[in-house]
Amino acid sequence: MSEPRLSSLHPGDSAIIRAISAEESLHHRLLALGFRIGKEIHMIRTARFRGPLQVRIGTTEVIMRRCDADKIRVSHQTAQ
Amino acid sequence: MKCIALLGMPNTGKSTFFNRFTGASARVGNWPGITIDLLAAKIPLDGQVVRVVDLPGIYDFHGFSEDEKVVRDFLENNRVDLLLIILNGVQLERQLSLALQAQQLGLPAVLLLNMADEAKRAGITVDIEKMAARLKIPVIWVSAKYGEGFKSASTLIAQALSANCPTDPAKLRENLRADDEIEAAMEEIFSESVQMPKTMPKGMTASLDRILLHPFFGLPLFFLVMFLLFQFIFTLGKPMQDGMAWLLSQARTLGLEPLLANLPAWMQGLLLDGIYNGVGTVAAFVPVIILFFLVMTVVEDSGYLSRAAFLMDALMARLGLDGRSFVMLLMGFGCNVPALMGTRIMRSRSLRLLTMLIIPFSLCSARLQVFLFLITAIFTAQAAPIVLFSLYLLSFATALLTAVLFKHRFPSTEPFIIELPPYRLPTTRQIISRAWHEVRHFLKRASKFITFGVVAVWILTHVPSDVPPSSADTLAGHISTLLAPLLSPIGIDAQLSVVLIFGFVAKEIVIGSLAAIYGLEGDSLMGLMAQKLDWVQAYSFMLFTLIYTPCLSAVATLRNESKSYAFMFFSIAWSLLLAWVVCFVFYQGARGLGF
Repeated sequence: MSEPRLSSLHPGDSAIIRAISAEESLHHRLLALGFRIGKEIHMIRTARFRGPLQVRIGTTEVIMRRCDADKIRVSHQTAQ
Repeated sequence: MKCIALLGMPNTGKSTFFNRFTGASARVGNWPGITIDLLAAKIPLDGQVVRVVDLPGIYDFHGFSEDEKVVRDFLENNRVDLLLIILNGVQLERQLSLALQAQQLGLPAVLLLNMADEAKRAGITVDIEKMAARLKIPVIWVSAKYGEGFKSASTLIAQALSANCPTDPAKLRENLRADDEIEAAMEEIFSESVQMPKTMPKGMTASLDRILLHPFFGLPLFFLVMFLLFQFIFTLGKPMQDGMAWLLSQARTLGLEPLLANLPAWMQGLLLDGIYNGVGTVAAFVPVIILFFLVMTVVEDSGYLSRAAFLMDALMARLGLDGRSFVMLLMGFGCNVPALMGTRIMRSRSLRLLTMLIIPFSLCSARLQVFLFLITAIFTAQAAPIVLFSLYLLSFATALLTAVLFKHRFPSTEPFIIELPPYRLPTTRQIISRAWHEVRHFLKRASKFITFGVVAVWILTHVPSDVPPSSADTLAGHISTLLAPLLSPIGIDAQLSVVLIFGFVAKEIVIGSLAAIYGLEGDSLMGLMAQKLDWVQAYSFMLFTLIYTPCLSAVATLRNESKSYAFMFFSIAWSLLLAWVVCFVFYQGARGLGF
C-alpha cells in the first residue's frame, strides 16, 4: 500500500481520505464524525511526546491518537 | 463453472467455514476488478465442480474500508451464482443487516447461521422458517468449528445453486450506485445550497488554541490556569464563608438558644452542640463550594477540558489510560460519583476499571471543605493557597501512581477519538442551574449522611455521660485506643481518628464531627485546632483524608459501575494502604527533619 497514513501528515497539510481499515466500533465512530472516503482532511496540530493529533474534517475538529490515525490512508497534498 | 462467494462480517468464523467446506484445498487466485488476492477453491458439489471464493469480512456494502471496497469491486466485476452469507448466530441482532442488504440488492443467497454450538449454549433459538420467509432466502444453522449441519447445508446450497440465476454484475453495479445516490444527493444539495469558505476563518477558537495548545506552553498554562482559579475561589470564598459562619452563630445565640432553653441539658447539647454546630460548620462552606462549581461549570462548558485531554493524552497513554480518563479525573474534583459514572463512555472494561480505580483520588468538593477548614485554621493567608495547591498536586500524583502500578493488570487498546468543540461561554442560566443543583445536592446529603454522622459522633463522644466528653473513657475513646498503634505513627490523635471513621460515610462529616466533639463552631473551633495541631500533624491528617477512601456513595457507585465487589474492596484496600504509607513517610520524614 503506497498511500501514506493520516498520521504522517504535518501540521498545516491537507489530504484526501482514501481508505479506512478499522475494526467495527472505531469504524462507526469515524463515520459518525464524518470520516468518509474522498473527504478532505486537514492536520491542525500534533501534541508533543507523540501525543494525539488534532484534525479537521469539514467543520468538525477531532483529536485522535496516532495509532488510530494509522488506520486511515490518505493521498497527500502539501500545504497550500 | 459456477461460482459461490462467501460473505460475512469479520470474525464470524467465515474462514473456518471456508476451510471445512472446501477441504482446505484453497488456492490464491486473481480476479478482475480487484487488486487484492482472494482465496478460492474448486470443489465437487452435487455432481458438478464449483468454484468457492472467500471474500474479505465486511460490515456492509456501503462501508468505506478497504475490505468493503474489495467486495464491491469483486461483485461489480464478477458473475456470482450464489452468495453464502455467514452470520454469527449469537450476534444476529447486529449482523442481520448484511443479509437484508444482500436481499435488497437481489443477490442469490443462502444464509448460514454459524456458531450453532455457542448459540445453543447461550440459549438462543431461531425460528428458521419464519426468518427464511421474511428474508426470502434459505436459512440454516451450522457450526463451522465442529462441522455440525454441514451435510444439510451442502444439500441446501446445491438446491439453491440450481434454482437461482447468477448475478448480473452490470445490474448490481447499477443498484449499488443507486444506493450511493443518497450519499451523492446529500453531497450535491450541500454543495449547491450551503456556502462554506474553503478554509475556515481563523476565529477566536483557532487563536485561543494556538496559545492554549502550544507545544511547549500548553501544559504549564493549563496548570497555571487551574492554580489561578483555585486562588480566585479561595480569595473570594473566604469572606463569604466568614459571613455565613457569622450568620449561623447569630441564629444560634439569638434564635435557637432562647427557644431550646427549657429542654434538658443533654438534649440541648445534642441539638445545639451536636447537630446544629455540626451541620452549621459544614453549611458555612456551601458558598465556597457553590463558587467552586460555578468556576468548574465555566471551565467544563468552555471546551477547555477537551483541550486538557489533548494535552494530557501522551502522558495518560503511557499510564495505560487516555485523555478521557484525565477529564474524568478532573470531573472528580467536583464529585467522584458522577465522574465514576462518566466512565461509561469507555467501551473497554479494562480502561474503565483502571480509570475508576484512580478517580477516588480526585480531591472532591467534600474533601475540599475539610482542607479549607484546616488550612484556614493552621496556615497563614499567604501559605494557604500553596498548601491547597500542593494537595491538588498530590491528588494527581497518587492517581497517576496508581495507574502506573496497575496498568498491566488492566490492559486496553481502546481507540481515543473525541470531538473538539469550539470555545464557548456558558449562559447565566446554565451557571445558575448548576449552582442550584449543588445547593440541593448539599441539602440532600445534609439531611441524610451529615446529620446522621454528626449525631453518631456526638453520641460516641458523650456516652457514658458521667465522664468528660471525648475523653479516653467514652465510646470514642475506646475506639481510638484500639486504632492508636496504627494512627499515632502518622500523627493522628485519638479524636481525629474517630472523625476519620465517620469520614468514610461522607467527608463533610469530618468537620461537622469536630464541631460535635468539641462543642464549638466556626472561629473558636479553628482556634482550638490551631492549638491542638502543628502544621505537620494537620498536613498528615489532610493527606490521610485525601487518600484513604472515597465516601460511601462513591464506594457504592464503584460497586454498581464495576458490577464487582472484589473490585470495590480492592479499591478500598489499596487507598487505605497507600494513604497510610504516604502519611507515614511524610510524618516521620518531616519529624526526622526537625519540623
